[in-house]
Amino acid sequence: MPRLWLEKRKDIPWWIGGTLSVLSVILALGAGGGLLLALGVSPWEAYVTMFRGALGNWYGLSETVVKAIPLAMAGLAVSLAFRMQVWNIGAEGQILLGALATAATVRYAFVDNFFVMLFLMMLSAALAGGLWGALAGWLKGRWRVNEIISTLMMNYIALHTVDYFIYGPWRDPASLGFPMTAPFPPAARLPLFLDTRVHLGIFFALILAGALYFFFRWTRWGFEVRVLGENPQVAHYAGIPYVRNVVLLMFFSGALAGLAGMGEIAGLQGRMQPGFSPGYGYTAIIVAWLARLNPGAILGVAFFMGALLVGGDTLQVVLRLPLASTHIIQGCILIFLLGGDVWRTHRIRLFRDKKC
Amino acid sequence: MTEAERTLVSMRGIVKSFLGVRANDDVAFDLRAGEIHTLLGENGAGKSTLMNVLCGLYTPEAGCIFVDGKEHFFRSPSDAIAVGIGMVHQHFLLVPVLTVWENMILGDRAIPSVIPRKKVCRRIEELSTQYGLAVDPEARIWQLSVGEQQRVAILRALYRGARTLILDEPTAVLTPQEARALFSTLRRMAEEGHGVVFISHKLDEVMALSSRVTILRKGRVVGTWRAGEISKAALAEQMVGYQVPRSENPSPRGGEETLLEGRGLVVQSDRHLPAVRGISLELRRGEILGLAGVAGNGQRELCEALVGLRPLEAGELTLRGRRVTGAPPRIFQRQGVSYVPADRMGMGLVGNMNLRENVALRHYWREEFSRWKEILRWDVLGAFTEELVRRFRVQTLSCDVAVRTLSGGNLQKLMLARELGLLPSILVVQEPTWGLDVGATQYVRDQILEARNRGAAVLLASEDLEEIFALSDRVAVIHQGRLMGVSDNPRDLGEERVGLMMAGTPLGAERGEGHA
Repeated sequence: MPRLWLEKRKDIPWWIGGTLSVLSVILALGAGGGLLLALGVSPWEAYVTMFRGALGNWYGLSETVVKAIPLAMAGLAVSLAFRMQVWNIGAEGQILLGALATAATVRYAFVDNFFVMLFLMMLSAALAGGLWGALAGWLKGRWRVNEIISTLMMNYIALHTVDYFIYGPWRDPASLGFPMTAPFPPAARLPLFLDTRVHLGIFFALILAGALYFFFRWTRWGFEVRVLGENPQVAHYAGIPYVRNVVLLMFFSGALAGLAGMGEIAGLQGRMQPGFSPGYGYTAIIVAWLARLNPGAILGVAFFMGALLVGGDTLQVVLRLPLASTHIIQGCILIFLLGGDVWRTHRIRLFRDKKC
Repeated sequence: MTEAERTLVSMRGIVKSFLGVRANDDVAFDLRAGEIHTLLGENGAGKSTLMNVLCGLYTPEAGCIFVDGKEHFFRSPSDAIAVGIGMVHQHFLLVPVLTVWENMILGDRAIPSVIPRKKVCRRIEELSTQYGLAVDPEARIWQLSVGEQQRVAILRALYRGARTLILDEPTAVLTPQEARALFSTLRRMAEEGHGVVFISHKLDEVMALSSRVTILRKGRVVGTWRAGEISKAALAEQMVGYQVPRSENPSPRGGEETLLEGRGLVVQSDRHLPAVRGISLELRRGEILGLAGVAGNGQRELCEALVGLRPLEAGELTLRGRRVTGAPPRIFQRQGVSYVPADRMGMGLVGNMNLRENVALRHYWREEFSRWKEILRWDVLGAFTEELVRRFRVQTLSCDVAVRTLSGGNLQKLMLARELGLLPSILVVQEPTWGLDVGATQYVRDQILEARNRGAAVLLASEDLEEIFALSDRVAVIHQGRLMGVSDNPRDLGEERVGLMMAGTPLGAERGEGHA
């Protein structure tokens, strides 16, 4: 009698990653199609609508890139910490604080010169996000506080601090009661390109991806971080200090997320208002994970997730589907991608009866 | 055929490959009731692979397993234990925070939802008296010594109804006295009709214990002999395929000036329990100091303290006359201190990194391996790695493969190459030949001797007394974090005396306060 058996692959073939991703997305669209049918919508029509909306025209494509920018930056930010097996779940809070610091700089330290302003905003956003991250890093390094819990909790502190300012002292008197700050002056806005909403942040993301690749491949510190991530015991044996590295790395991780926050409000919104980040910091964790922490792949996955977001919006508008249904389709795709990952490391073996 | 000669287990045509290399190639193996059958072979010969197939941990690509004449297919170790095959692994696979009896029933699907604790404990006590395996069922595993843990692992197999018991290098962690107790247990089990498979490298044990010996070489069976049919020398020759020169320290000698000195060292274990309780010793140029002792008596903590990896609770360290108490590990490295830890994959190497990166681990900070203090020169590191691989004859496909694909012997050679490559003046090695085959053991020992001859001060911590006696110029014995004595003339001391010291009897008072 033939028997099926799941066993670990001895070596991982080079083609398996791409093949699995494509198969997973196809299967997920199949599963999502069942749901669409139940809602009385033709799955084919829905998917064509999503695709057209996100990638089929200049506007959709540009909007996809707009969404991909913060996802890529925050994805790179968390991947930095993940490389050391430090689970920074706090990118959302670091984004928010980066944005808050940007708004504070515009409000209290405005200089009517684009370059000076850009420098000041970047500095303050990176410092705010970085110190927020470093605090969790220090708690972990010095007092062994679990960083998953601390960074997650600190997200709420950040969120409500931001809300305090935009609902309270920083609310624009001219906003007719809406909770938002006054619009930023032009010198505090990032330039937009080609008549779209794609802003300077796209170059931040591209440069950062390259820098991270270089960092891990070529620098001493990058090597130390990789060893720490692989096995802290070995790192200790190699003479690499833990506490200093966890604090510094969390600082840089938070700083990158803070820059993402600055890009969102100085590039896109032009002011600070609630909900400017629809959970980018959390989606970034999925982005980093799906990309296996590879900086180049993070850019690709961020683009894909951006397309899902924009496609989902289109579906809502064109087919009048409820918002939840697009979330379900996105969820399906993620579940199949993550679930299919087992075939990267395992395979099915078929055993037949053998004669002896 | 008498009842005692009945075949319990037979394996036919077993094939199992890793990364395209056949670890078992058409292997046949029989085990009879009432025999102790030794499986002998070099590292990578496929002994452990074959037994992991038998206990259900690995699935073979081809071949059949018959138990009591009936064919079986094992999906997991629980399938194997269900037909009476149990294995005691090198690392016993016990859960440290659970008690002995909890470990016994772990994974037992037949146990009722309300656990009959008393019944379980009574059964454990029955088995321990029957086989002379004294253990407290209510003790937690982490509280037990390594020898006791091994007893628990054997009892677990018996508790689950094993009639075939496989032991993977069981004596590596025992004193000679404990090993003798284990042997009498194994003999008693054989007399009662159990079948015992015994995996070992130590030829003396094999000769003393086995009813039959099967030798594996490069994944194939060389042959099976009855005890008394074959001499020790012939066994060794069959095992490696050529004649083995015996490694000995030809000229024990006193060392010269002191390079590293520890005074009144007190060190804690990872659990913050006292592990080293006031040890003083010195490592001298051109001398090997052997540190004998049963596993877990503070060797690891002492070694780590000496190379600056573990903080001192009390005491002083002096390196070439300079006080280095509390200095960071990098200072020790800069001063030419090398360390080969016992735990290769847990501490010495990163399995997922390639050979180059693993060599870089301990040297990346050196000026010659980077540019502008920060950019690593992987080309130079790569050339250095290739030179080490050549010089120390590490067998690998290339320097780009992950080190987890290397065999135990080659991992050890790589670590030794990395630590010896830049000619350290002080070398601390712990269990350098643990789990290595005869050929690799020989090679590693020769390298340690050569380092000494070059003028290095060496501390050799080993649980293998034969190794201590073969290599050391002086011998110190550690027991529960204290030195039981130090001898400048190890060969006069004798294995029996050292065995007693390992068990906690100090060397005569005339030797003083255990100062080396």
